[in-house]
Amino acid sequence: MVDAFQQSFLGPVLGYIVAYTLLILAIVLPVLIGVAYAVYADRKIWAAAQMRRGPNVVGPWGLLQSFADGLKVFLKETIIPAGANKGVFLLAPMITFTLALVGWAVVPFSPSLVLADINVGILYIFAVSSLGVYGIIMSGWASNSKYPFIGGLRSAAQMVSYEVSIGFIVICVVLWANSFNLNTIVMAQKGTILGFINMNLFNPLLFPMAIMFLISALAETNRPPFDLPEAEAELVAGYQTEYSSMSFALFWLGEYGAILLMCALMSVLFLGGYLPPFELEFLYWVPGIIWLLLKIAFMFFVFAWIFATVPRYRYDQLMRLGWKVFLPVSLFWVFLVSGYLMFVTPGHFQ
Amino acid sequence: MVEAIIFYMLAAVVLVSGTAVILSRNPVHSVLWLILAFFNSAGLFLLLGAEFLAMLLVIVYVGAVAVLFLFVVMMLDIDFASLRAGFVSYLPFGLILAGLLAGELIVAAGAAAVIGPPAGAPPTPVLTSMAGISNTEAIGALLYTRYVYVFQGAGMILLTAMIGAIVLTHRSRGGVKRQNIARQVARQPGEAVRITKPKVGEGVEL
Repeated sequence: MVDAFQQSFLGPVLGYIVAYTLLILAIVLPVLIGVAYAVYADRKIWAAAQMRRGPNVVGPWGLLQSFADGLKVFLKETIIPAGANKGVFLLAPMITFTLALVGWAVVPFSPSLVLADINVGILYIFAVSSLGVYGIIMSGWASNSKYPFIGGLRSAAQMVSYEVSIGFIVICVVLWANSFNLNTIVMAQKGTILGFINMNLFNPLLFPMAIMFLISALAETNRPPFDLPEAEAELVAGYQTEYSSMSFALFWLGEYGAILLMCALMSVLFLGGYLPPFELEFLYWVPGIIWLLLKIAFMFFVFAWIFATVPRYRYDQLMRLGWKVFLPVSLFWVFLVSGYLMFVTPGHFQ
Repeated sequence: MVEAIIFYMLAAVVLVSGTAVILSRNPVHSVLWLILAFFNSAGLFLLLGAEFLAMLLVIVYVGAVAVLFLFVVMMLDIDFASLRAGFVSYLPFGLILAGLLAGELIVAAGAAAVIGPPAGAPPTPVLTSMAGISNTEAIGALLYTRYVYVFQGAGMILLTAMIGAIVLTHRSRGGVKRQNIARQVARQPGEAVRITKPKVGEGVEL
């Protein structure tokens, strides 16, 4: 597609820019619509868990609820507190929102359907998710108010702690696939279990890592049971207390975008990405993007399910889990996986 | 052409944000400018084709080190008047340091031009077997073979520094209440909850 645009009347440089702008929009718009429906799905799942109906007024089955909420928030007045640090205060939600979208650039939707098939794709996503803390910490500081500040500090400590274990977990998968490229990681899962199941999840060596990744992803995206940065019982709304209107909506969109990105990462690393779950010929008739979207939807359901059922962790429990349990276990697992691979790879003990 | 434009864009942002680090009045703004400088340096690495280093720069410096910087700076209670008080007395020392660094840079650049490979020549690969592999593999192959002792030594020094910092700053205080996690986990509902049926007007004995 890029070639076609470059050879058209636009010329090489302008054609390149126009083609990539269109490609980026082709990813960003579905992600934003996906975010709107993720919010709807979240509310419906919580409602089902609590035996309520959930949103059911706007549109058939309440399907347009998220858009109505978006419109409402858009029309409200933007309030900037007098004591706030104006530039940083306005920059923070934009950073959160942008970071939630840029990560999707390297997610492979099918073997060829990926915007940037780079060598270090998994490191790129890891870098983007580690930047996510800035939106929160900046908003917490710039609000010049105590609840957001405590929320921001909590979030900084929490996200830095869990990033370490996510890093080690990702290293285990990378060792197994022998590549940082997300496409190669997906293809390495083809027939990995008995030549039949296309998922790292059912690999006995990687299964504990998959569970730990899910828990770390919850902590990294500030989802319950680890939503201490915005714990409403203690901190009003944490780092977003002083925000209103569109700046609040950007946080909201960014948060759900990051959650969906984590679901996509979980699908790519452990659930076989765009591969069908079983190595059967007729399952390959379904396009890869459908499988990936189904897996993302399933992971999102698990996230919402955990939200509805698990009580919030205490802060010291959260820190203990991250540093005293996940860090040693995941570090040990890196040695375990690399040791196993050394034994089974021919040519190491000769 | 396009590469040159991107290079000058990234380099300009690095220079401007680097200057803003030392010029901004607010320390938190300084850290934020520093993060922007890190980020654009990662862009410069990408332009060189060193994508692994670029990602590591973002993950390690921006994602971890700068967060801790920000964490500490945000919690400081800064008195701006006292910050600016020693400006004149520190100025000569700072100027000498800046001059020294600038001189070293000029000498280093000159030396590279004299003894280095001629400009435009392709860089010679460190290992001849490395043609055609990604730079992640190349770094790994070099780091764990030729430079393995240096690499391990650097790790040891960092570990020593970390343990040293903990030993120096840790003090054991008496009378601290500690969580006994094993006891909390082993607790049963039977010992935590008691059902009583007090009559009206009577209290519950605890």
